[in-house]
Amino acid sequence: MSKPLKQIHLGAHFPGVNNTTVWSDPRAGSHIDFASFVHFARTAERAKFDLVFLAEGLRLREQHGRIHDLDVVGRPDTFTVLAALAAVTERVGLAGTINSTFNEPYEVARQFASLDHLSEGRAAWNVVTSWDAFTGENFRRGGYLPREQRYERARAFLETAHELFDSWHGDEIAADKQTGTFLRTPDAGRFAHHDAHFAISGRFNVPRGPQGRPVILQAGDSDEGREFAASSADAIFSRHPGLAEGQAFYRDVKGRLARHGRRRDDLKILPAATFVLGDTDADAEERARVVSRQQFGDRTTIAFLERVWNRDLSDHDPDGPLPTVDPTPDGTPLSQGRADRLAAEQALRTATQWRELADAQGLSSRELLIAVHGRHSFVGSPSTVARAINDLVQNDAADGVILAPHITPTGIDEFADTVVPLLQERGVFRTEYTGTTLRDHLDLPPAPRRTPPAQHAQPVPSPL
Amino acid sequence: MTENPAPPTHLHLAVALTDAGWHPAAWREPDARPDELFTAGYWADLVREAEHGLLDFVTIEDSLGTQSDHHRLPDDRTDRVRGRLDAVLIAARVSPLTTRVGLVPTAVVSHTEPFHLSKAIATLDYVSSGRAGVRVQLSSRPHEIALFGRRTPADVDLADFDSPAVQAYVAEGFAETADYVEVLRRLWDSWEDDAEIRDAATGRFIDRDKLHYINFRGRWFDVKGPSITPRPPQGQPPVTALVHAPVGHGLLARNADIGYITPHTTDEARATVDAVRALAAAEGYGGRPPHIFGDLVVFLDDTADRARARRDRLDTVAGTAYTSDTQIFTGTPAQLADLLQDRHRAGLSGFRLRPATLPHDLTAITRGLVPELQRRGVFRTAYTARTLRGHLGLPRPANRYAAA
Repeated sequence: MSKPLKQIHLGAHFPGVNNTTVWSDPRAGSHIDFASFVHFARTAERAKFDLVFLAEGLRLREQHGRIHDLDVVGRPDTFTVLAALAAVTERVGLAGTINSTFNEPYEVARQFASLDHLSEGRAAWNVVTSWDAFTGENFRRGGYLPREQRYERARAFLETAHELFDSWHGDEIAADKQTGTFLRTPDAGRFAHHDAHFAISGRFNVPRGPQGRPVILQAGDSDEGREFAASSADAIFSRHPGLAEGQAFYRDVKGRLARHGRRRDDLKILPAATFVLGDTDADAEERARVVSRQQFGDRTTIAFLERVWNRDLSDHDPDGPLPTVDPTPDGTPLSQGRADRLAAEQALRTATQWRELADAQGLSSRELLIAVHGRHSFVGSPSTVARAINDLVQNDAADGVILAPHITPTGIDEFADTVVPLLQERGVFRTEYTGTTLRDHLDLPPAPRRTPPAQHAQPVPSPL
Repeated sequence: MTENPAPPTHLHLAVALTDAGWHPAAWREPDARPDELFTAGYWADLVREAEHGLLDFVTIEDSLGTQSDHHRLPDDRTDRVRGRLDAVLIAARVSPLTTRVGLVPTAVVSHTEPFHLSKAIATLDYVSSGRAGVRVQLSSRPHEIALFGRRTPADVDLADFDSPAVQAYVAEGFAETADYVEVLRRLWDSWEDDAEIRDAATGRFIDRDKLHYINFRGRWFDVKGPSITPRPPQGQPPVTALVHAPVGHGLLARNADIGYITPHTTDEARATVDAVRALAAAEGYGGRPPHIFGDLVVFLDDTADRARARRDRLDTVAGTAYTSDTQIFTGTPAQLADLLQDRHRAGLSGFRLRPATLPHDLTAITRGLVPELQRRGVFRTAYTARTLRGHLGLPRPANRYAAA
């Protein structure tokens, strides 16, 4: 008997503030106007996607100590956009990145619980951490968090948020006009949490939402990140859309679940993926070349090199060979506010690898960067792309993909119109939503209500 | 630029939405929907009703802690509405379902980050096409401080409000709020309106010379900026604040676009308006003085007797006579119109009416009071503007960072 077909999960990532979002294309619209978000979310919902996804940024990127001006800059507030989108969509999940470093668990838990009510069970939280003083300069807290504590704080933050979500059981509100009983118990929402990061107590003032708690997404690829996801997340937003790499990641992360008392299907693996479609594979390849070229303009190419070399390369020819000088990784970072800062710390090694690759294949600086940073996950005709995504899922390299198009806001329209019907024909993607909540779409078990750890439940013994 | 400012004879009207209404027994009224307080549909219906009445805006009450009958402490009552959703998210959720009415959520400033609130309200302004405002609220309640664990409750007895220690403590709270509002406004201005250039020739998406570090350094915050969200449609969404005592008048005079006050008589209203305006003038407040709205709790019915009987009945159900920080009006829409006109002449530019029960007193405002005021020629008969600033006759502010 053959293995039953796995169902694919699809997310749509609203184009972000980086060079992959092509703003110079005549089709490129506003990344701020609400109409763009409405178009994007409604397209995703029309195509029966599981979710739409918004990223977050809390400080504008800088290069040479000045605001980086080559990429799309600026975005609206995640919670506010998602709440407004809940009014213009009915089923599609609403996922947002919220940083656990520059927020407090009570406030974030309250916002996500509110969003879950206001969307009737469609909220998802992509938990990320940040540690840098650069971002911290916009907040009361500043940049105090040592980097090695980021997952520790994130774990404590998420644990605290879970305690808040679980502080209501879901049956407390009677709202009985006749007897005058609004709450069945005076204790609804009571909590107390004390650890190295948070010492808070009181009553959470949002009743349990339709999903129990929002779906938890986690992005991150380090060993700590994988372990964090295996213990606490419902889905992992990974970076391995290729088959072999994806399978290795999938095996590793799914293998960690049992240790945390979870089943294999309790965590969905959803790599970020890009795509370029064409009428034929050859058309798509040609379009992909054009898109890559738009993504790596002259100054953007130089900016990428400067991030690794950490020195001024403004006179460098992007169509010539890589710089012959060595990187200067020490000193003030020339580039700030990017998630790929770690690469600069391994600058010498990276530069050597790039030179070897460029020499072996005869690549210019621009071509090298496109080969390293600008490759599209899926390129081809709709049937080629549908087959590739399905292969990824059926061969356990992923449970689905989160697609990041390069055009705002119409970038997923073509995918929705051409690839999705092919996946539906193959019987690997829904033709109608079968549930109402995001948890339903992702085929996740109901959120268990956690009982707080014993030390929290019991009174603290008095020393007297 | 002002869109068709209201004639000076016109007064402004807002409603303050909270739970099932302001009376603690409101949720037990026959038309109340207490089992829907945590649904979007409940709030959408109320805000649409306010828009049907052509009101300037709605405010949405909020608190980080659970509601309580006690002013400063939590209680264990089970016969009152407890729990509430985040007001900014409610406002965002209803904004696509409305087109004209202003949306002014309450935001607690004592435990939150101005950077986050700035982008949230800017975004509310984008999703509502220029209808956002915010009501900034202090919270010094010990049980709310404990939800964040970052501050120590003050060692003062607030019951002794006039003592120098309490006055100093409260003044400090207003000073922090003033700094918070300053950070909000600077962040809204941190992008010039035309910063996005999409210049394909030079490969530049923005003109970075039109983005500005705000470099705010104060006692409570250091915020670098710029915002991650471009300047909102209104430039700066109106900032509003409720103040009960003279210690807060400076916040209204210097930092607010609308101040809510809680007079119990017309003379008191006039005195407070004069005091705030004098303060604004004395300190050289640059722009126009703020709007000052009077807050009133309202029980409205066809006859005064019926309104009073309803209030008595609700008090009986609640087990206690309802009291408020502000005047409680009980009567007919026509009687309320008399009072509002009287106070309007005394200097109040508008009113924030707190419906005692929802939806009853809200629909009495939109379908009773509003037509009465229209008949008297003191309220709009159609929206003449599309933005909240437009409704209020407030110009779009110049950007402080833009070169003249």
